[in-house]
Amino acid sequence: MRDVYIIGAGIHTFGRTDGRSGRDQGVYAVREAMADASLEWSDIECAYGGSAAAGNADIMVNELGLTGLPFINVSNGCATGGSALASARNAIAAEEFDIALAVGFDKHPRGAFNAKPAEFGLPEWYGQTGMMLTTQFFALKIQRYMQLYGISRTTLGRVAEKAFRNGEKTDHAWRRSKVDLETILNAPMVNDPLTKYMFCSPAEGAVALILASEKKVKELGADAVKIASVAVRTRPPGSFEVFAPAIDIDNGGKPTVLASNAAFQAAGIGPEDIDVAQLQDTESGAEIMHMAENGFCKDGDQEQWLAEGRTDINGKLPVNTDGGCLACGEPIGASGLRQVYENTVQLRGRGGARQVPGSPKTAYSHVYGAPGLSGVAILER
Amino acid sequence: MSQTLKPIAEGLWTSEAQPRLIGGRLPSGKIVFPMPTGDAAKELEPYPLSRQGKLWSWTRQDFKPKEPYDGPDQFTPYLLGYVELPGEIIVETRIVDAALEDLCLGMPMEFVVVPFDARRATYAFRPEKQS
Repeated sequence: MRDVYIIGAGIHTFGRTDGRSGRDQGVYAVREAMADASLEWSDIECAYGGSAAAGNADIMVNELGLTGLPFINVSNGCATGGSALASARNAIAAEEFDIALAVGFDKHPRGAFNAKPAEFGLPEWYGQTGMMLTTQFFALKIQRYMQLYGISRTTLGRVAEKAFRNGEKTDHAWRRSKVDLETILNAPMVNDPLTKYMFCSPAEGAVALILASEKKVKELGADAVKIASVAVRTRPPGSFEVFAPAIDIDNGGKPTVLASNAAFQAAGIGPEDIDVAQLQDTESGAEIMHMAENGFCKDGDQEQWLAEGRTDINGKLPVNTDGGCLACGEPIGASGLRQVYENTVQLRGRGGARQVPGSPKTAYSHVYGAPGLSGVAILER
Repeated sequence: MSQTLKPIAEGLWTSEAQPRLIGGRLPSGKIVFPMPTGDAAKELEPYPLSRQGKLWSWTRQDFKPKEPYDGPDQFTPYLLGYVELPGEIIVETRIVDAALEDLCLGMPMEFVVVPFDARRATYAFRPEKQS
């Protein structure tokens, strides 16, 4: 397969934009990406996109132009963006097209997600009795992890503190003011041990990425970032996932570990080679556990890493440099692509106040979602 | 008494004097919970689960969930977690007769049927009573 590059990246500010639909935010992001790549809509040869709660993506052609391009709707939960990216990349790698679009957008109502049991193949009583909440899963997973590996509540707080510190420096972030550690730790509890500042909120936003073949990159003289690898994986037996009325006693693998290993193998590099990472941080505990699941540290090492600021923008491995989900909120369809957008910004050296120093050359992104799937993308400059 | 309340769902636990959750056993011996319905149930035989287990993880629900949650209008925070039933499976469950600060990893737990609202009963685990 031939190499594929990102040549245009556009974003619609995350958070709340009353009066603008999720899809219109998507259209906005596509136009930003086209402007970034100096391309017109008629230059885009194929498109993949979707949302979880804001409708089909292909209707965007009404606004963008009826050029006749194939536009494939992606509906893959939290991996919608990642799957769109993987599909767009494959279309170019397979030499069917030279320029492809991946777009993700969403607009969720306020408050925690309320999934319907039947959509996840679960009985009604599971939802009725109040056990089918994403927030509970995250709390239950980190609670056990904290007991097993000695992670403190202070470390959970430090993750959120960093997120808001980075969000303050990020134009597209929703939460743009610092919150001190004390406030985070003493805030109302959502699901013990996680307080309200340790959770991201469902939100709105959109991201568009334009991908191109090497031939096009040269032709256009584009400011390109290479996609070294993309891997999307679903859960193996015995894993512990969101919306699980029961877990196998034989502790199995994790979808994140599978996706991470596959992405590193395809890129031919390892965790020690990564200069900047965006890891799914639906809450503080997720970032901590995902640091280990993606191979960046051992279980329990996070306590020291956070205390020493190793994941700060100036640290050894900056993590969630735009404030992640905690500061940007989570529009499901756009969230995974936001991570890739941020990595593109960092590798191009356009991060401004949040730019990782020393011209990063490699960037890693990881998304996780129901019912147990994970997507990883590695970019290289 | 919870015995007079209607179970939140049919076939979730046995109607014995000492009720047990109903899981399913695959030909391989592997246990699943809950017992699936439809085609997925074909290869499974119902398997009553152990009444005793160890606490695997826990949290407290501090805000009233949206639908499909169907609890009493007057919301009271509740405990929930996972209990490992030795050799069988780890089940998600309400936790009763305990405070958040009482709970710890590996704590012995026992099965109990409890009121869910004025009309219905659900299942839970509670710290095993020391005799």
